[in-house]
Amino acid sequence: MAKIIVDGVEVDVPPEYTLLQAAEAAGAEIPRFCFHERLSIAGNCRMCLVEVKGAPKPVASCAWGVRDCRPGPNGEPPEILTKSKTVKKAREGVMEFLLINHPLDCPICDQGGQCDLQDQAMAYGVDTSRYHENKRAVPDKYLGPLIKTSMNRCIHCTRCVRFTTEVAGVEDLGAIWRGEDMEITSYLEKALGSELQSNAADLCPVGALTHKPEAFHYRPWELSKTDSVDVMDAVGSSIRVDSRGREVMRILPRVNEAVNEEWITDKARHIVDGLRLQRLDRPFVRIDGRLRAATWQQAFAVIAERVKGTERKRIGAIAGDLASVEELFALKTLMHGLGVANIDARQDGSLLSPAHGRGSYLFNSTIAGIEDADAVLIVGANPRIEASLVNVRIRKRWRMAPPPIALIGERVDLTYPYDYIGAGPETLADVAAGRHSFFEKLKAAKNPLIIVGPGAFAGESGLAVLSLAAQLADSIGAVREGWNGFSVLHNAASRVGALDLGFVPGEGGLTARQMADGAVDVLFNLGADEIDIAPGTFVVYQGTHGDRGAHRADVILPGATYTEKSGTYVNLEGRVQMANRAAFAPGDAREDWAILRALSDVLGHRLPFDSLNALRTKLYAEHPHFAELDSIATSDVAAGVKALAAIGGNPGREPFVSPVKDFYLTNPIARSSGIMAECSALARDLRLEAAE
Amino acid sequence: MKLDQVARSLLLTEFLSGFVLAMKYFFKPKATINYPFELGHRSPRFRGEHALRRYPNGEERCIACKLCEAICPAQAITIEAGPRRNDGTRRTTRYDIDMVKCIYCGLCQEACPVDAIVEGPNLEFSVETREELYYDKAKLLDNGDRWEREIAQNIAKNAPYR
Repeated sequence: MAKIIVDGVEVDVPPEYTLLQAAEAAGAEIPRFCFHERLSIAGNCRMCLVEVKGAPKPVASCAWGVRDCRPGPNGEPPEILTKSKTVKKAREGVMEFLLINHPLDCPICDQGGQCDLQDQAMAYGVDTSRYHENKRAVPDKYLGPLIKTSMNRCIHCTRCVRFTTEVAGVEDLGAIWRGEDMEITSYLEKALGSELQSNAADLCPVGALTHKPEAFHYRPWELSKTDSVDVMDAVGSSIRVDSRGREVMRILPRVNEAVNEEWITDKARHIVDGLRLQRLDRPFVRIDGRLRAATWQQAFAVIAERVKGTERKRIGAIAGDLASVEELFALKTLMHGLGVANIDARQDGSLLSPAHGRGSYLFNSTIAGIEDADAVLIVGANPRIEASLVNVRIRKRWRMAPPPIALIGERVDLTYPYDYIGAGPETLADVAAGRHSFFEKLKAAKNPLIIVGPGAFAGESGLAVLSLAAQLADSIGAVREGWNGFSVLHNAASRVGALDLGFVPGEGGLTARQMADGAVDVLFNLGADEIDIAPGTFVVYQGTHGDRGAHRADVILPGATYTEKSGTYVNLEGRVQMANRAAFAPGDAREDWAILRALSDVLGHRLPFDSLNALRTKLYAEHPHFAELDSIATSDVAAGVKALAAIGGNPGREPFVSPVKDFYLTNPIARSSGIMAECSALARDLRLEAAE
Repeated sequence: MKLDQVARSLLLTEFLSGFVLAMKYFFKPKATINYPFELGHRSPRFRGEHALRRYPNGEERCIACKLCEAICPAQAITIEAGPRRNDGTRRTTRYDIDMVKCIYCGLCQEACPVDAIVEGPNLEFSVETREELYYDKAKLLDNGDRWEREIAQNIAKNAPYR
């Protein structure tokens, strides 16, 4: 620890701290534009100037370390001043220079009201300009469908350049020319090729980069803010949903060090238009082959009639990827009441099961734990598209000091280099048996990490592959006191919650695949759109969008999306998180648990709760860990891995293929979104271009 | 009763002074005006019916910055914005003023950075139904076109004091 005096207050800070961090520790506020906690230090905006006692001129506090300061003549701690006359004058000078070429078009700028330059010009600037010459004019750049540019406003902080190169891992943005002529550009006027690019617009302290899909649609002061979690993938990023009236206007990331730091994917952010397009807003019943609008009573009556005439063994329920724990619990209780054992939430056909213990299907190392891993084996996963923020963590780890990273599966661009060691289970078997050289690297590592993705564990032989990976984890000592290196990577937000709840086939029950293949006559489909249901089955679809599931349905019950209900989601680490209601479902659509509650009445097996709170009380009584919000319940990972390893089986020879064919179109909300369709088309073009 | 009081009532002084005053006003020019046919003087700062102005080339001034909506103490203004279809500039797709809610405080025209929304000199906009007082963008722009000359004159007159 080093002592430093900030404005007369002595503080004790780690010597690697910068003056800016030390000043913050002492409670002094330092304005800044280019400095950002998660990016490298550039020191080019000069807004953070402070006075160091003994230094001939003000220094940039973001780039000056506490240990670089000289002590006083009698060995007193170094002293910095952040409120002196010199500092005030320096800030005013810097601000005046920054505003020389800034167009001051705040009224038409989307950043207005949330702009660092606006705020800091008010707080630290002077009220008039002495500049009467012509301002610089810079042509706007094309950066794709998500980022709108207005380059006259740019103050050259280079946050966007640093973000794309360092965090997103694509070197698509850069600066050309120098001094006043400097321009931020993508060089070739092409769209940015990153699934995290929108964060660059968030980072922009001025209005040079703004979000194109939301351009001009709102002002930040008219939005009401709701903290929530993202369900586009299983990472469960913390988000803030901003709405105006009944409409969700934008989605922003929230800082959560354990999960998403402060980034979210473009899919999480820009599905906003998907939330209002293609919505199911009233019940439908199929009459003579056509879906016709109906009332709730009519729809329920049709269902009740079919259920009454059907044998219990021929009834089933499948839950989709966006279902919250509450409605899964309601559906499970209803099915249990009806005496139906055919329930399944694994529409990808995997055989993960709570029977092997919670450690057998969680991302046990935790996302933050990736930073401690010193050897990584990725099996059948493409973390970049299946769980982008997990990939960001691996890249962060790789940037600290590159660990050995190997991949078995599809050869894809993960934004960091890795050893490609094979395509399928045979390579994994080689590694597990110690015949492959990477086994030694894993063995030598202190904290080896094995990530098993959906490409490996989905499908019939998935359990055998998982077992093989568990054997490997066991033999290299990846699971021990203080480190759990066996991690399963999910790509569906509801999956872990459903497994925790035991939403899997009961005694003699059928799996999702078997049910979809026609083994049942009446099928409750709770928002499962990624599965093809054989003709002949009577399908009750409860969902939000007119997507695949709704087209196949015989009765449609309109539900609420994740922004329209309060729901619990469990992310891939097993972290229980709560999504909150930011808007209301359209038309006659209702919250999903309420629909199931109403339906249960008609089916003669009334669910024992009348409110969401009553449901939760019941849920927490049966599964106490759901009550522990934002934390991961401890589980015996070693037992889970041992149980998995003991299963054995034949993993087959099929190469691992990621189930995510298109990052931008993985769920009904995203498929309804025009922005996502545009991004998807662009990404396809980029892939074709790369293939040429 | 005192002597001076007696003298005053006998000499009719109060009656005479009142008569003189009445006669003075009788021969003075009239203070009242024949309202529907004549209009009194209105200050250039008069805050009457709202109007949305255009530039001389016909381009609408409003840039949808929403400052008027934000400052409106009665929350009478509702704006929705988006990029204009032909050139992508920031424009309103909806600009409504609820003239029933409006308190004619003039803060909207103070907030406007481009002098688009103004309270014009017109005060004769009474209507028969409440609905007619929910002004939309077309009505406001129409007002602007109709009153542009007077509004421009008033703004020019007031300019030295701003």
